[in-house]
Amino acid sequence: MIFNLLLYISLAVFTFGLIYKISTWFSRRIGISAKQIPTSERVSAAVKGVLGTIFSGKILTLIKVFILDVVLQIRILKEDFLRWLMHMLIYAGFMLLLLMHALDNFISEPLFTDYYSTINPFMFLRDLFGFMVIIGIGIAIYRRFILKVPRLKTSAMDHYAIIILAVIMLSGVLLEGAKITSYTEYQIMVEDYADLEDEDEITALESYWVQNFGTVSPNVQAPFSEDVLSMGKDLHEASCMDCHSAPQWAFTGYATAKIIKPVALALDRVGTSTILWYIHFLACFIGLAYLPFSKMFHIFATPVSLLANAVMEKDKSEPANIATRQVLELDACTHCGTCSLRCSASPAFDALGNEYILPSEKMTFLKTLVAGKKLSTRKLSAIQEGVYLCTNCDRCTVVCPSGINLRELWFNVREDLVQRGFPEPLVLSPFSFYRGLNRENISAEDYARPLTDANRAVAGKFEQVMDPSTPISFKDREIVELNQLPSTRTFSYCFGCQTCTTVCPVVAEYENPQETLGLLPHQIMNCLGLGLVEMASGPRMLWDCVTCYQCQEHCPQNVEITDIFFQLKNLAVKNAGKVADESSPDLEAA
Amino acid sequence: MKVPLIWRQLKKPVNEVIEDIIMKYALFLGCNIPSRVEQYDFSARAVLKQAGVQLVDNRDFNCCGYPMRNVDQKAFLFSSAVNLALAEKAGLDIMALCKCCFGTLKEAEHLLKQEGTLQKEVHGLLAQRGLKYTGNIQIKHFLWILYHDVGLETLKSKITMPYKDFKIATHYGCHALRPSKITQFDDPVAPTIFDKLVEVTGAKSVDWTRKLECCGAPVLGVNDDLSMSLTKKKLADGKKAGAEYLCSACPYCHLQFDTVQNMMVSQNGNDPLASILYPQLLGLSMGIDARTLGIGMNQLDISGVTSFLESGEENAE
Repeated sequence: MIFNLLLYISLAVFTFGLIYKISTWFSRRIGISAKQIPTSERVSAAVKGVLGTIFSGKILTLIKVFILDVVLQIRILKEDFLRWLMHMLIYAGFMLLLLMHALDNFISEPLFTDYYSTINPFMFLRDLFGFMVIIGIGIAIYRRFILKVPRLKTSAMDHYAIIILAVIMLSGVLLEGAKITSYTEYQIMVEDYADLEDEDEITALESYWVQNFGTVSPNVQAPFSEDVLSMGKDLHEASCMDCHSAPQWAFTGYATAKIIKPVALALDRVGTSTILWYIHFLACFIGLAYLPFSKMFHIFATPVSLLANAVMEKDKSEPANIATRQVLELDACTHCGTCSLRCSASPAFDALGNEYILPSEKMTFLKTLVAGKKLSTRKLSAIQEGVYLCTNCDRCTVVCPSGINLRELWFNVREDLVQRGFPEPLVLSPFSFYRGLNRENISAEDYARPLTDANRAVAGKFEQVMDPSTPISFKDREIVELNQLPSTRTFSYCFGCQTCTTVCPVVAEYENPQETLGLLPHQIMNCLGLGLVEMASGPRMLWDCVTCYQCQEHCPQNVEITDIFFQLKNLAVKNAGKVADESSPDLEAA
Repeated sequence: MKVPLIWRQLKKPVNEVIEDIIMKYALFLGCNIPSRVEQYDFSARAVLKQAGVQLVDNRDFNCCGYPMRNVDQKAFLFSSAVNLALAEKAGLDIMALCKCCFGTLKEAEHLLKQEGTLQKEVHGLLAQRGLKYTGNIQIKHFLWILYHDVGLETLKSKITMPYKDFKIATHYGCHALRPSKITQFDDPVAPTIFDKLVEVTGAKSVDWTRKLECCGAPVLGVNDDLSMSLTKKKLADGKKAGAEYLCSACPYCHLQFDTVQNMMVSQNGNDPLASILYPQLLGLSMGIDARTLGIGMNQLDISGVTSFLESGEENAE
C-alpha cells in the first residue's frame, strides 16, 4: 500500500518535473538574441523544425549521431578512455537494471515466460549490472577525489548524483546479502512453498540451505551428516529448486552474505532486510522524483542537445530554435569539466582566481541566471570578467561530450552581460577582437555602450586631474604597483625628445591628437617622471595604443614605453575595480 | 617505388641528416587559427611537409597570454609560461604561426630570464600544475624557420610553378619585428626575410611606405574607427605601390585584411586589396593544390592568384 502510494507520488513528481523542465526550454531566455521571441513562436518553430528534419536527408545525420554519440558516446571516448569506461559502466549497467529489474513487471515478465529474479541468467545478470554501476561509481569517485583531474570542480549537484546512485546500488546489494542469510525469509518461503510437517524433514531442508544457500539458522550448524544433506537435497529438489539457482551466481549479494554471516542472526532479528528494502525503494523513488531537477536530467537533455546541434547551423537555423536550444543546453551540461580542462584561457583562472573564467563554472552560473535569480554587483562583475575573458578559440565547443554549442552561448551571454551597464575593462583589450569581427550582429548603439562605460571607468579621475584649475597632487609619488617589472623604471631616462610621439601611428591618426588621446606618449613619460601616476594612467592614449612598439623601438634612450603602457593599463584596471567595489558593494543589478 | 626514408637519409651527407633531424618543432597554433583561420594551419602544414620540417602537436598548449597583457601581467606571464614549460617538457622548440603569439612568448621568455616577485609567483603557479621552466628552448616564428632553418636554396628547389609578373606587398607584422631586442626576428628598420621568402616564389615584393606599420587588429573591438582607418591607409598605400595582393603570416593581420576589409568593402564599395597567407602563396608555387591550401577559405576571393603562376592557364581551370 505505502509502496504503491510512494511509487505513484514519485512518478507524478517525475512527470510533472519533466513537463515543467521541458516547458522551460521554451519559456526561459538566454542573452540578447532570445529577448524578442515569444514562447508560442518557439514551440511552433520547434515542432516545424523537428518534423522538417525528420522528413529530410538530415535524418541520416541524426541516426548516425544517435548511434555514435548518444549510444556509444564516442565523444567521451575520444577525450579519455577511463571516463568513457566510467560512464559506459554506469549508463549501460543502470539502463539494463532499470529495464530488467526495476520494470520487471512490464518488460522482463512479458518478454521471458521463465523470468524469475532468483533464477539464472536473470539472477546473475542483475548482480552483473549492479556491479558495473558500482565500479563506475568507484571510478567517478576516484576521478573526482583522488586523481584530481585539473580544473574539475565538484558541486553539490555532482555529490548528489554520486550519492543517490551509490545508495541505490549499495542498498540493493546489501538487501540481497541480508535476504540470502535471513532465517525469517527462509521460514516464510518454506511455509509458502514446502509445507513440511515432519521435524526431520524441516531440519534436513534447513541444513541443506545452510550448507549450500548461505542461510544462517539459529537451529542448525555445519558440519552436517551426509544423510541429512541428501534428505535435504531431495526436499530442495521437490520444492525449491525450480525457483532458485545457486546463490553464488548472485556474486555481489553472496559475497555480502559471507561477510555478514557472523552477525546475520542479529541483523535478521532486527528486520534488516525490511529496513534495507525501504532504503532501496525510497532511494529509487527519490532519485526518480528528483531526476528532472537534478544533473541526472541530462539523460533526456543531452541526447536532444547532441542531435539538435548535429543538424543546426548558426545562420541557417530559425533564431527561435536557437533560443530554445540554448536553454536546453544548460540542462544537457553534466558539469563533466572537459571544457575547463581544454580551456585556452584557463591559466587566467590560476592567476586571477576567478572561477567563472572556467567554462564549466560559467555553465553552472548560467543555470541560476536563466532561472531568474538576481545578481549582486560583485557577482555580476566576476561573471562578466569570466565570460569576457575568453579567447574564442572554440575548443570548448569542439570537445563538449554533450555537443553543446558553447561558442554561440558565450557570445549571446557576453553581450547580455556587458549591456547591463557595469563597466568591464576587458572590453578594452584584444579579447574584444572577436566582438569586433561580429559587430554586424549587434546594433550600433549596443555595440558602443560597453566601450563607453569601460573607457569612463578606466579613465578614473583623469578629467579632474587634468583640469587646469585643480592643483596638481603629488600624493601618489610612490609607484608601488608599478614597480613589479624593471622596465617601468626606464621612464627616468627620458630626455623629452618626443620621438615616441612622432613615430606613433595612433597620434598621426588625429588632427588634434591631444584632445582625443588625453596625453601623448612623451607626456605620459613626463607625468611618470614627476610621479603623477594617476594622471599617467588615465588618458585614452593607453587604450588606443596599438602596441606596435614603434615608440619603444625608436626611443634613443631605451625607455620601454609600450611596456610601461601595459603596466599603466593594468594599474588603471585595478583602480577601476577598486572604485566599483567601494561605490556599490551590494547594489542589486537587474 | 618509394625509397625508404632511412635509405634516403643514409645517402645524404652527415650535415644534412643532422639538419633534417633538428627540424622538428612543437607547433603553436594559438586561438585564432583553429577557430577562424584554419587555412593557415592547413597550408603551413602542407608547405612544411615539403620543406622537411616535422611538427608535433600539443593539445595542452593554451592561450599565449597576448590578450591578457592589457589587464593583468601575472595572467599574461603565466599563460605564456605554461606553453614554454610544456614545450620544454617535450624537449622541443616552439614554432609560432601567429606574430602576436610569437611576440608574446618571446616577451615572456625575456621576462622569465629576470628575477622578481612576479616571476616567483609565476614559477609557483607552474609548480602547482606540475610544470617547470628553465629557459632551455627557443621560440621561433614560421617565417624565420623557413628562412633560417630550411633556407632559400631548399625552398627554391621545391618550387615547380614560379609566379610571373606578380606584385606582392609584404606585411611584416609589428609583434614579430618589435621590440627587436627581444623578438630578434629581423632588422626592425629594414627587414628583408619576408621579401626574400616572397621573391623565392618568383613574385616581386614591392616597396611600400607602410610596410612595417600596424594592421589595426590590436584595437579592433576597442576603437573600430581607429582600427579600420589604419587598415584603410595601409591598403591604399599597398595599392598605390602597385601590389596585386597583400601577403601576411599572422592570423590577426590576416583577419584584419580579410574579414574586416570585407566588412569595409561592403560599406564603402572600394576595390579590395586581398591578403594571401604566405604558406598559401608558397604552396601554390610548390604545386600544392588550392584545396589543400584552403585558397577558397579566405573571405575575399584570392582565386585569381593562380593566374600568375607560370603554367597558370591550365591551373586556373
